[in-house]
Amino acid sequence: MDVIYMDNNATTKVAPEVVEAMQPYLSEFYGNPSSVHSFGGIAGGKLKEARIRVAELINALPEEIVFTSCGTESNSTAIRAAVESYPTKKHIITTRVEHPAVKNLCEHLSKKGYRVTFVPVDGQGRLDLDYLFDHLSDDTAIVSIMWANNETGVIFPIEEIAAKINARGIVFHTDAVQAVGKVPVDVSQAKVDMLSLSGHKVHAPKGIGVLYIRKGTKFAPFMIGGHQEHGRRGGTENVAAIIGLGKACELAKNHLVDINSRVKGLRDKLENALLEKVPNAMINGDPDQRLPNTTSIGFEYVEGESILLMLDQFAISASSGSACTSGSLEPSHVLRAMGIPFTAAHGSIRFSLSIYNTEEEVNTIIAEMPAIIARLREMSPFWKEYQKKAN
Amino acid sequence: MWDYTDKVKEHFLNPRNVGVIENADGVGEVGSIACGDALTLYLKLDANDRIEDAKFQTFGCASAIASSSALTEMLKGKTLAEAEKITNDDIAQYLGGLPKEKMHCSVMGREALEKAISCYRGEPEKQIEGEIVCECFGVTDRDIERVVEENHLASIEDVTDYIKAGGGCGKCHDSIQEILDSIHGVRRPVVKPAVQMTNLQKIKLIEETLEREINPSLKKDAGRIELVDVDGERVIVKLGGTCATCKSSQITLKHYVEAKLRELVTPELVVEEVN
Repeated sequence: MDVIYMDNNATTKVAPEVVEAMQPYLSEFYGNPSSVHSFGGIAGGKLKEARIRVAELINALPEEIVFTSCGTESNSTAIRAAVESYPTKKHIITTRVEHPAVKNLCEHLSKKGYRVTFVPVDGQGRLDLDYLFDHLSDDTAIVSIMWANNETGVIFPIEEIAAKINARGIVFHTDAVQAVGKVPVDVSQAKVDMLSLSGHKVHAPKGIGVLYIRKGTKFAPFMIGGHQEHGRRGGTENVAAIIGLGKACELAKNHLVDINSRVKGLRDKLENALLEKVPNAMINGDPDQRLPNTTSIGFEYVEGESILLMLDQFAISASSGSACTSGSLEPSHVLRAMGIPFTAAHGSIRFSLSIYNTEEEVNTIIAEMPAIIARLREMSPFWKEYQKKAN
Repeated sequence: MWDYTDKVKEHFLNPRNVGVIENADGVGEVGSIACGDALTLYLKLDANDRIEDAKFQTFGCASAIASSSALTEMLKGKTLAEAEKITNDDIAQYLGGLPKEKMHCSVMGREALEKAISCYRGEPEKQIEGEIVCECFGVTDRDIERVVEENHLASIEDVTDYIKAGGGCGKCHDSIQEILDSIHGVRRPVVKPAVQMTNLQKIKLIEETLEREINPSLKKDAGRIELVDVDGERVIVKLGGTCATCKSSQITLKHYVEAKLRELVTPELVVEEVN
């Protein structure tokens, strides 16, 4: 059975063009780009080209691109760099719905003497901008706010936020791992100082990430070693993956239209059909300011892991914000920050599409899902209770 | 993905004995929607106190459903005396084992069974025994002691896996460690965290937490909470909207409002309702 893969916010299929572009640099051209000899130079030349492709996707300068090993490293580097560059400033601002890569680092720093402000969101996952701007202070070392949320797809107004924070002269970092490749990300418009992106979310392989650092931003490296990346990130470059990412960024630029039209259409079809066919189901997050590929739907009175395992019987891959899937005992911090009631939070399912999804796949989910939810509700004592009340 | 045995998967996909027994002789209800899993167990007995039929309804993950299904299969045909001897480990064994993090599903089965049996015997609903240690999941020191002793648990993580305690905000980890230590005969020095806030700061933070965190959540169910007074560590509140008439409001008050205030303000707070 072919997999129906609808978990693209977790990771994506490596594009065949990307695999092809990488191949020679995993076998034939294994030189070190830092070497003086021309054999190493072959890798060096391709590296330079990849850097340009990445820069083009976000409208940056090639020298503002630093390759890292993943999105988490980019986020860690950005926050730690700001904190180290401004040793007297002891305040960090972030949000309550960040990815653990930012959230857990900030919580860690809060135990090391930093004051951390976690900006709340409303019931639709929209950021409380007044709260954010009210908390900016001369003591603020960095503000780190995601561009788009991985669980709900809700997009934050990064351009507006960046302009305000920029005017205050405070360093602003955005985790754009989920946004890049799905919506236009342009650092000439959004005045962010640093931006993280991740290869495996844009059809490049795992193990490659990028930190964009605007020219003139105070910086301190996280990985200290050789002169690679102009001393901003030590360690021999992951040549093949970087070349793959360059190719992926080139493809992503061309696929933006498809994502925002056809793929968005598939997402909408899936979402509308499920909301129509399944009673007591609701969208988590602002339906208007949302990534075109993501839908998070809360199915009341059933539990997410059970839904996922039943979907798995049909080779459908999705994910859940429920407690049981993550090994933690509480539903996701994002859904809790939004105040999604427990009745729906435990049964929240995220479908995240990519350019490789088809209408046929969407139709299969629409056909199977209502029966799965109905079956689990038949077993659920709360569904019976709810129906009694409703009648 | 969880490493479920084939038997767990099979019982999840084809659960036995799902449903309700009308006029059951014993009913045991455990868990809640907030906690993420719940089980209602129904027992029907014959003239000789033998379990003639057992059915269940479960809200929860695959292992919760499989554990419930397994339990009902194990119960059928047993006398009450035999049924009483079933432990959580027996349920897990029946399924060929459960992932460590999912052992609490088997504990839920055992708890529902005990409740159903005392229901049949007409024993009064047991008062909560002991002191609540884990506010997030409403687990008492007695519950923890029992699960530690029965399953030979060694760490806080084990306790969380088996009975959920400590799996939420984490504020009770020290208390769980103390229970483990007292059972295992270890003594550790108690370190109290020093949190210093002026009264005014505390009241302001309580107010802000109610407005920013708690009320938006309650509003979803058309409920509301108002701060009436703060007296030392006592937070006196008034419930409004649907909360005022909701029979679950005490649970919300203790397990949600108080837990949230303890998490975000100070861990000593006690929430009380004024009528």
